[in-house]
Amino acid sequence: MGPLLIGLYVFVLSVFVGFEVINKVPPTLHTPLMSGANAISGITIVGALYTAQTADVTVSNVLGCAAIALAMINVVGGYLVTDRMLKMFGRKG
Amino acid sequence: MSETRTVVVALIYLLSATLFVLGLKRLARVRTARQGNGISAVAMLLAVVGTLIELGIVQDYRWIVAGIVVGSAVGAVIAVRVPMTSMPEMVAILNGFGGAASALVAISIYWVDVVEPGKVGTLASILGGSQAVTAFLSVLIGGVTFSGSVVAYAKLNGSLPGRPILLPGRHVLNVALLVLSVAVGLVFAYGVADPVRGAAFVWALLAASLVLGILLVIPIGGADMPVVVSLLNSYSGLAACATGFVIGNNLLIISGAMVGAAGIILTRIMCDAMNRSLPSVVMGGFGGGDSSSAAAAGSQEYTSTRSAGAEEAAMVLEAARKVVVVPGYGLAVAQAQHAVRELGDLLKKRGVEVLYAIHPVAGRMPGHMNVLLAEADIPYELLWEMERINPEFHDTDAVIVLGANDVVNPAAMTQKDSPIYGMPILEVHHAKTVFVVKRSLGAGYAGIKNELFEKPNTMMVFGDAKKVLQELIGELKQLST
Repeated sequence: MGPLLIGLYVFVLSVFVGFEVINKVPPTLHTPLMSGANAISGITIVGALYTAQTADVTVSNVLGCAAIALAMINVVGGYLVTDRMLKMFGRKG
Repeated sequence: MSETRTVVVALIYLLSATLFVLGLKRLARVRTARQGNGISAVAMLLAVVGTLIELGIVQDYRWIVAGIVVGSAVGAVIAVRVPMTSMPEMVAILNGFGGAASALVAISIYWVDVVEPGKVGTLASILGGSQAVTAFLSVLIGGVTFSGSVVAYAKLNGSLPGRPILLPGRHVLNVALLVLSVAVGLVFAYGVADPVRGAAFVWALLAASLVLGILLVIPIGGADMPVVVSLLNSYSGLAACATGFVIGNNLLIISGAMVGAAGIILTRIMCDAMNRSLPSVVMGGFGGGDSSSAAAAGSQEYTSTRSAGAEEAAMVLEAARKVVVVPGYGLAVAQAQHAVRELGDLLKKRGVEVLYAIHPVAGRMPGHMNVLLAEADIPYELLWEMERINPEFHDTDAVIVLGANDVVNPAAMTQKDSPIYGMPILEVHHAKTVFVVKRSLGAGYAGIKNELFEKPNTMMVFGDAKKVLQELIGELKQLST
């Protein structure tokens, strides 16, 4: 089985896992789920790290560095803001 | 890479993927949500550490460190500074950054593997067919996510008008652009052997995807934004997924797919709550001037509304046993969440039961009202969902509708020719008295008349939500002395 097929298997099964795990999310958590999931999409930083390894000023390094920065905004901003919201939900009025 | 290191890295990725699943599962339950978010953050940290181990000692860390430092700083600053009322814009623009990052990674990989080494041959022959195809998909989805999110952001913060902007022949244009992008992508993957021409194709593809993203979101009206934001959320996950296929990393595929699933779930919830199909939202134009059904729904003029001042309203509220507050987008615009809480506290002190009725699509993103009211310290147990609160309206003495419109329009239940017919609504008209706090008798986003305003038990209280609430609070305090 080639890597593409394995990838497709992983993809399809993960979509099902996602549906199962998140199903029936209460409305209170709609926004935090969205921003929390958004932080996870910053996982693309893993790809970005591959592309910015050398010293020179090259297209790949500049783009890679920009991608790392954007993904990190997503990751740090997403997790922190989600935590800020959830902290509000936790306290009693 | 040594064999031990390969195994160690693979195990770190596996642990990271497991923690992402557990984190998301906990994030979807109220009691464990905060912990879930933390677990997911640990998973992210592991993923980055795993990747750094996999890379080994690289030639130069400056680009990596610069990106991480700048990105973390910007992310932290905006996360701490953003007011809760601006959360829809914040989520929208973060979606966009995620998409942009994935597109840039794919482009950068092309430069690393093909352009900079000066290799001649198609991308498919150099990287393999599936990598080449997913690379172009990554650029396409990432580009659409980015520019679409920027448009959504501009619409949400008011720099672009929230109403649909309808270009003539937009459906044909969109389909043509999509076909063109896919064609460019396929030629790029399989047909271009010269890296200089290939580079031109990449930029053309990126440009086309950016234009497509703008065109896709610009015809969609403000009230449909919860669907758009959820959908873009899903796209940002799928873009990360495509990147995962390019670099052959299962962790990206797993986490990207789960983000995609989360976005789709929210999109479906939002569409159901409006009784609209996803295609009809994506086609856009709802509430636009060309809607013939709006004309069929009858005249826009109101003939028999009654209005009340704060004093009259305060007397009714004071005598009530049970009051339900219905917040809408107008509450967010007026930043009146703290005033709502103050009013609620005053009423509670007088023995009035106060509940909050939350329509799933109230506001501009999924869960918008929950976030706002939580910021004002209103306990979430008092926020009741539509299905739960609708039977309660029969024995509710007074309802205060704060900047909500279409979600309380009884035409959705009675008028078959209404564009919102069939949309589940908060049935506030069953209550004894309904106060509608609104700046004017203007139509909501659906662009139709609200039958509620003409009901004999409805009183209009004209004014900005926050000002009216403050007047009500003042009156109630006077009544007690």
